[in-house]
Amino acid sequence: MRKMLLASAAFFVAGAAAAVAAPSDGKVKIGILNDQSGVYADFGGKSSVEAAKMAVEDFGGSVLGVPVEIVDADHQNKPDIASNIARQWFDTNQVDAIMELTTSSVALAVQAIAKEKKKIDIVTGAATTELTGKQCSPYGFHWAYDTHALAVGTGGALVKQGGDSWFFLTADYAFGYSLEQQTSDFVKSNGGKVLGSVRHPLASTDYSSFLLQAQSSGAKVVGLANAGADTQNAIKQAAEFGITQGGQRLAALLFTLAEVHGLGLQAAQGLTLTEGFYWNRDEESRKFGERFLKRTGKMPNMIHAGTYSAVLQYLKAVQKAGTDETEAVAKVMHELPVDDVFGRGGTVGKNGRMIHDMYLLEVKKPAESKEPWDYYKVLATIPGKDAYIDPAKSGCDLVK
Amino acid sequence: MTMIFGVPLQALLGQLLIGLINGSFYALLSLGLAIIFGLLRMINFAHGAQYMLGAFTAYLLLTFAGIGYWPALILAPVIVGLLGTVVERLFLRRLYALDPLYGLLFTFGLALTLEGTFRYIYGASGQPYATPAALAGGTNLGFMFLPIYRGWVVVVSLVVCLATWFLIERTKLGAYLRAATENATLVQAFGVNVPVLLTFTYGLGVALAAFAGVLAAPVYQVSPLMGSNIIIVVFAVVVVGGMGSIMGSIITGYMLGIAEGLTKVFYPEASNIVVFVIMAIVLLIRPAGLFGREA
Repeated sequence: MRKMLLASAAFFVAGAAAAVAAPSDGKVKIGILNDQSGVYADFGGKSSVEAAKMAVEDFGGSVLGVPVEIVDADHQNKPDIASNIARQWFDTNQVDAIMELTTSSVALAVQAIAKEKKKIDIVTGAATTELTGKQCSPYGFHWAYDTHALAVGTGGALVKQGGDSWFFLTADYAFGYSLEQQTSDFVKSNGGKVLGSVRHPLASTDYSSFLLQAQSSGAKVVGLANAGADTQNAIKQAAEFGITQGGQRLAALLFTLAEVHGLGLQAAQGLTLTEGFYWNRDEESRKFGERFLKRTGKMPNMIHAGTYSAVLQYLKAVQKAGTDETEAVAKVMHELPVDDVFGRGGTVGKNGRMIHDMYLLEVKKPAESKEPWDYYKVLATIPGKDAYIDPAKSGCDLVK
Repeated sequence: MTMIFGVPLQALLGQLLIGLINGSFYALLSLGLAIIFGLLRMINFAHGAQYMLGAFTAYLLLTFAGIGYWPALILAPVIVGLLGTVVERLFLRRLYALDPLYGLLFTFGLALTLEGTFRYIYGASGQPYATPAALAGGTNLGFMFLPIYRGWVVVVSLVVCLATWFLIERTKLGAYLRAATENATLVQAFGVNVPVLLTFTYGLGVALAAFAGVLAAPVYQVSPLMGSNIIIVVFAVVVVGGMGSIMGSIITGYMLGIAEGLTKVFYPEASNIVVFVIMAIVLLIRPAGLFGREA
């Protein structure tokens, strides 16, 4: 009896969902969940929320005749806090999709919840390739960049430009190891060699010892497999110890415009890095950058532009699917080509990876910078198919 | 090349020198803490935030008033020190009679408020502050490339540490201060204004933190979190040196800086905890710290 009741209830719910064409609850709600107060607050933070709002406005403020709403919260880089917020958003606040999700541990936790609850998540802020690898989700997407793309960009491309011997300064935790590992692989497969590495504790303040070791290794490139303030401090002190003046090249494996700005060109000049977006790329990106600058006081990095693109693409998919029901939207998301200021000519793999071009960039010298935020020289464009793992080889079991 | 424990002698010398540089910051910061604790019996948890304030004051002076590094080296500690005296007058004074826990909680709250405010205004990734032109560049010592600024940090912090020690242990003012903490009522009876002395002491401790902050600005990123990154190590330094012992905290600051520097050569992963391992061992053997006066 009980089984029958359950079965009929399930039937009823399924039927009801299929019958509703328009968004179920009278609005489409997107949650931006990221670090708004900690070490990654400039990397994504409140500016990502603003980018999401810009996407909603550019889309017209409504989809399928119902308004689109952006909500946001600070996950403080803690997976448990993020999980609680995600559950609350999905269960009681009718949030349809969660995006941004800076910090890999948080992104993995929230993607697992979204998968369980059959909701969409689009990660722009986190780096791990696991999101579209072993832990992929049929409703999960990875949008702006990943450790593989960073490694290909900075590791592979730099070797081709003559930086064929490397020494790594690696943050002593999973993210640092995987970044070092993946980059080493590209350095080696391009004919370069790795002379050594040193593991530093997370959130060290002084890097001079490690830098001296890098200096005495004689490597042509010093790779910084760390993030945020760690990378900033390392770069600042490398300038002080004359690393770049001595002919060695500094390569930050995860570094964006926001951190370059915080460091200043004086200390950051000559640094090589990889991003998926640069505001001064062309007319379209400049226009987007100027609008973003007016609203936030800063130019967008790849996380901000990526979040804009993710929200826009999601709304396009809802429009095309004619509903905000997860399965239908996810299906369109996988098929619809991406074409906006961020992901030009982008495609989405079956594993949820958005494949788009990346840029190998060099930070300008103060004298070369012609206007505020004019920070990068584009050294090379890395085609999306080279930058990202082939979905078929990603280890994601959705790809057959 | 001469090798010691499998490490080239040159590299070792370089790391020793770097340890000494880091030790300078530890010494300056722990000195301020030790003075405040020793004379006020107050655990100043806001010390890291005040160090951060020093760096930010230097940055703000440069950005908004065009005042460079050299004047800031004096101005910033004075400004932050004065702010410290205001805090002491308005709040801390009311807590002296209570359990020390209250002071600890208050200063901890103050630190969180300060850091939160600056993070809200300036973001987490910090602000740039250039090395003054006169101290830019470096010299090759043969075994390492020494940035001139780092050399300056060692010299100036040594001078300031010794001067502070001299002030407290060898001058009349210092004698008053020490006497006031032993027996405030008696000292007051001799006509010494004890409350003003205490305010001065707190201001001095805070100014030392701010001074370290200005020194650190060109080396580390000027960021709201710079204080909380370093303050825990500094507390360990004070505990190892012996709470309240002024010379103890100076010597221990340099010593632990060097110990940390050496760890970075032999086993870099442990460099963050070596200070705490030493602290645990010292507490086991000498609970009052290496230079503690009371058991």
